[in-house]
Amino acid sequence: MSTAQYVLSDSWEMTKRHLRQIPRIPELFFFSLIQPIMFVLLFRYVFGGAVRTPPGIDYVQYMMVGIFAQSMTFATAGISTGLADDLQKGLIDRFRSLPMARSAVLIGRMGSDLVRNLFVAIVMIGVGLLVGFRFTNGFWGGLFGIAMLGLTVLAFGSIGAWIGLSVRNAETANIAGMVWLFPLTFTSNAFVPVQTMPGWLQAWAKVNPVSIIVDACRGLFIGPPQFAVFPAVWQALAWCVGLIAVFGFLAVRQYKRV
Amino acid sequence: MTDNVIIAEGLVKRFGKVQAVNGVDLAVPAGTVLSVLGPNGAGKTTTVRMLTTLLRPDGGRAVVGGHDVAREPDAVRKIIGLSGQYAAVDEYLTGRENLDMFGRLYHLPARAARERAAELLARFRLTEAADRPAKTYSGGMRRRLDLAAALVIRPRILFLDEPTTGLDPRSRLGMWEVIRELVHEGTTLLLTTQYLEEADELADEIVIIDHGEVIAQGTSDRLKAQVGGERISFTVGSAAMIPKASSAVLAVTDATPEIDQETLTVSAPVAGGTRSLVAVVNALDAAGIEAHDLGLRRPTLDEVFLSLTGRRTEDEQEERD
Repeated sequence: MSTAQYVLSDSWEMTKRHLRQIPRIPELFFFSLIQPIMFVLLFRYVFGGAVRTPPGIDYVQYMMVGIFAQSMTFATAGISTGLADDLQKGLIDRFRSLPMARSAVLIGRMGSDLVRNLFVAIVMIGVGLLVGFRFTNGFWGGLFGIAMLGLTVLAFGSIGAWIGLSVRNAETANIAGMVWLFPLTFTSNAFVPVQTMPGWLQAWAKVNPVSIIVDACRGLFIGPPQFAVFPAVWQALAWCVGLIAVFGFLAVRQYKRV
Repeated sequence: MTDNVIIAEGLVKRFGKVQAVNGVDLAVPAGTVLSVLGPNGAGKTTTVRMLTTLLRPDGGRAVVGGHDVAREPDAVRKIIGLSGQYAAVDEYLTGRENLDMFGRLYHLPARAARERAAELLARFRLTEAADRPAKTYSGGMRRRLDLAAALVIRPRILFLDEPTTGLDPRSRLGMWEVIRELVHEGTTLLLTTQYLEEADELADEIVIIDHGEVIAQGTSDRLKAQVGGERISFTVGSAAMIPKASSAVLAVTDATPEIDQETLTVSAPVAGGTRSLVAVVNALDAAGIEAHDLGLRRPTLDEVFLSLTGRRTEDEQEERD
């Protein structure tokens, strides 16, 4: 087999490893759903009435897409904690002493987290439908929207991979992978229109990558006339690919020298 | 020299300002066991990590199985087995799934990986637990699974980094038995340990390292001879008797005896064999001291370490903190 084939087969072995873990730690999957569901209920029924959405847009539509995207960014903590745990338990050392592809540990972890978070996304879409969310941009819009969510998992997962391999301790990795996500996702347009924020915060919220990803998802899930698909999708793609490239590179470099 | 399958020449590794390994030379002939002995933080693990391609040396050179670890790491990884200080297995996977996964990552065909996993599970008495998650295994079982994972490709060269640390005495004996079997089959083994007894028990050759440097080297017998020949040792009934016993021994042997307050043991090197023994017995008798377990014996590796470094192995950790 060639090197490229080994990358694929080794990554698949690692993906299999993590996918097997999911049903064996059901509580982890369960709790990773609770938080976004609580956010749905909070924003739908508690804060929702107080938020002024742009004319012609129902707040359920507005915030549900925000929550889809936010719950995908939480992939960061899962990946950082998992890798730090492997590092602490000596598993990364073992993998590095094997003649396997250097990138397979990271690719396998990302691949399985993609699958896990797509499950989360599907459950969240189900919850959304129950509280009144509707797809209004057709089948392909919905499908590409879900693909965009998947890409978000990979982008934020790369950041998580780099964090996990850098802090080397599972508890720290959990906090370090999580703590900045709250300010980042809440200072975006995920829950409230940017126009209602003070000027200085607006300036940030407009360039916040989470806003850009949420815009793209709104374009794909809800669509025009309220939300344009382009250029939001291109911008979001650029952000995600950029994050994957930069943090993927940093993570692989860190993996080689831990 | 050509039959040395593990060679290190002047290996150096720094972490920031800390000189973790400072010019270590090693040579392990094929089919033999070298034990790297030293206290916590001596540089044992760092040395093993360099030899197994996990760390790039800052200086020096290492050749394992004919391949330079820095230039041909992949060639080295294909022929070695490594079992580190932790039981590095996935605890949510079953024993079988773990071994199967490692087999596949060594690029064994699917069927060969499966068969090898079953073979190893049987060999390490894990067949019954094979389909339970490793999380449910005892410490000894996990270690056996970890060692099994290192043997998936029947490596000719095996590195074991403190294979029995944290094991209860029974599991330790079990592990020794397995290691002896492997060596009997012709595996070349480099083993690190902080247990002097373990090195004594398993190794053909012992290298003692401290602060990243080799401070002594040789067979167990030679190292023991290096600290002087025989020693006399005995225990007394109470701590109050120790000063008197001590001065009685000093008067006869001309050496300040070593005292172990916990076990109330007094020991000292002697030159004159049984004649010294009789002299000490007489001196103790004259001082009115009743001694137990009195006899001549060769020094333990603990005493070797003490005489080489000026301190006991167990003191090291506190000293470093």
